Amino acid sequence: MVDYSQLLSERVKIVKPSGIRKFFDIVATMEGAISLGVGEPDFETPWQIRRAGITSLEKGKTFYTSNWGLAELRAEIAKNVQRKYGLTYDAQKEIIVTVGGSEAIDNAIRSFINPGDEVLIPEPSFVCYTPLTIMAGGTPVALPTVAEDHFKVTPERLRAAITPRTKLLVLPFPNNPTGAIMTRSELEAIAAVLRETNILVLSDEIYCDLTYQGEHTCFASIDGMRERTIVINGFSKSYAMTGWRLGWAMGSKELVAPICKIHQFGIMSAPTTAQFAGIEAMRSGEDDVLRMKRQYDMRRRYLVGELRDMGLDCFEPLGAFYVFPSIRSTGLSSEAFCNRLLEQQKVAVVPGNAFGESGEGHVRISYSYSMAHLREAMRRMRAFLRSLKEG
Amino acid sequence: MKYKDQVLALLDQDARLTASEIARMLDAPEAEIAVEISELERKGVILGYKTMIDWDKTEEERVTAQIEVRITPQKGMGFDEVARQICSHPQVQAAYLMSGGFDLTIIIVGKTLREISQFVSENLAPMESVISTATHFILKKYKDQGVEHDLAAKDGREVMMSW
Repeated sequence: MVDYSQLLSERVKIVKPSGIRKFFDIVATMEGAISLGVGEPDFETPWQIRRAGITSLEKGKTFYTSNWGLAELRAEIAKNVQRKYGLTYDAQKEIIVTVGGSEAIDNAIRSFINPGDEVLIPEPSFVCYTPLTIMAGGTPVALPTVAEDHFKVTPERLRAAITPRTKLLVLPFPNNPTGAIMTRSELEAIAAVLRETNILVLSDEIYCDLTYQGEHTCFASIDGMRERTIVINGFSKSYAMTGWRLGWAMGSKELVAPICKIHQFGIMSAPTTAQFAGIEAMRSGEDDVLRMKRQYDMRRRYLVGELRDMGLDCFEPLGAFYVFPSIRSTGLSSEAFCNRLLEQQKVAVVPGNAFGESGEGHVRISYSYSMAHLREAMRRMRAFLRSLKEG
Repeated sequence: MKYKDQVLALLDQDARLTASEIARMLDAPEAEIAVEISELERKGVILGYKTMIDWDKTEEERVTAQIEVRITPQKGMGFDEVARQICSHPQVQAAYLMSGGFDLTIIIVGKTLREISQFVSENLAPMESVISTATHFILKKYKDQGVEHDLAAKDGREVMMSW
């Protein structure tokens, strides 16, 4: 008999399995349960983008592309970034198309992290940065953010967390799960701390188009930051293209070439059909992005209003498609709250501690659902909170 | 009527939204939204609130037909008068004045084909102004009032470990 536990690499063993999965497997089998847990758009990919993918298949575009991705797509990405942020990237050497933003994050971390290097990861955050850092041999260092600071990274906390071993700072804004954004002046303050250091930044801006107040600021557009920033972005959230698996990384060629080195051996190239669809998304998807954003924004305001009306302390999220209310007033832990809400009212939300310890005391509620779905969920949640008070 | 367009767009999608819900969605004062809605009702901009039902999923027998009607307006009996007379029958769901080869489109609902043909032969064809009728029965509804049948409320998203 093979003893698999003897075979597993230490790096894989050390990564804890996700607690979210178990929870939602229960939801899937529970009659009448409704979920607020999904982390992807509820919209289908706009039709003309799908059509572009289909057309590419009809034309027989079924081969690998360049390791870097289709030149035409990279040119469109460069144009898009230029238009939105006034940033100039060389489409030949400074942009690589990847299998979603996730692959770009993985490759970026693996490109620069040696054993002992510390990676600063704001918490709560999307769950991938910590395990990917561990699997790259690095040391994840949590950079807690709190509701009082609107879940932003502050220069004080950043300065306090920096050590001589700090190699990389992850900046995941707009943020999953908190919905926090960082404004230009707040990013300037972060940049001021970094300017005299040799620290790299991985700026995961996948939710950039879902910013509900002011304009999103690309971190690389802050004075002096371009040379040290790997910008991660993708098509999943902006254009509702999660299943196509298409993203990109951009930065100076010294930052992007190593990403391509890993990519060319592990992945070869991003899916060709998706790349053709991506070209169309960049050319004609702007109206669709705004249409979906308007819907998200209405749901966002509705949820924040409802949750506050129920007596929950709810920070106003200004980005992504999540609200992250505090449930401390109920006296329950995040997990106990979620378990009981599921048992009593069959509504599934994600416990905040799934996104790091500093998420404890909160739950994540996604609003990538129809208003009818959200309304029913809020009705049940209200009944649940009332029962807690009376009970 | 600062919020008129947005209120109408939202109610057009979902008539069950309350003034307070709409107010939250638009970040507007609830009282103001409530006043605007009753104004829109009073002015007849909002004519009513109905439920969209997929009758194929019920036991109820129902046949829908679209009837093209050609008309010669007569003295004291213009298109509007003819249309109003036709509309007075409760089976008539919709009546539109058309451009092109015929004059009115009538949407009519009955229990059976027979009932509808009876309506045409007894109520429509005998009208003095009506020159001709052409009845088309609807075989299947794919999308009605902006809602796709059979597609509503389906969520194809799968569970991910790492959302």
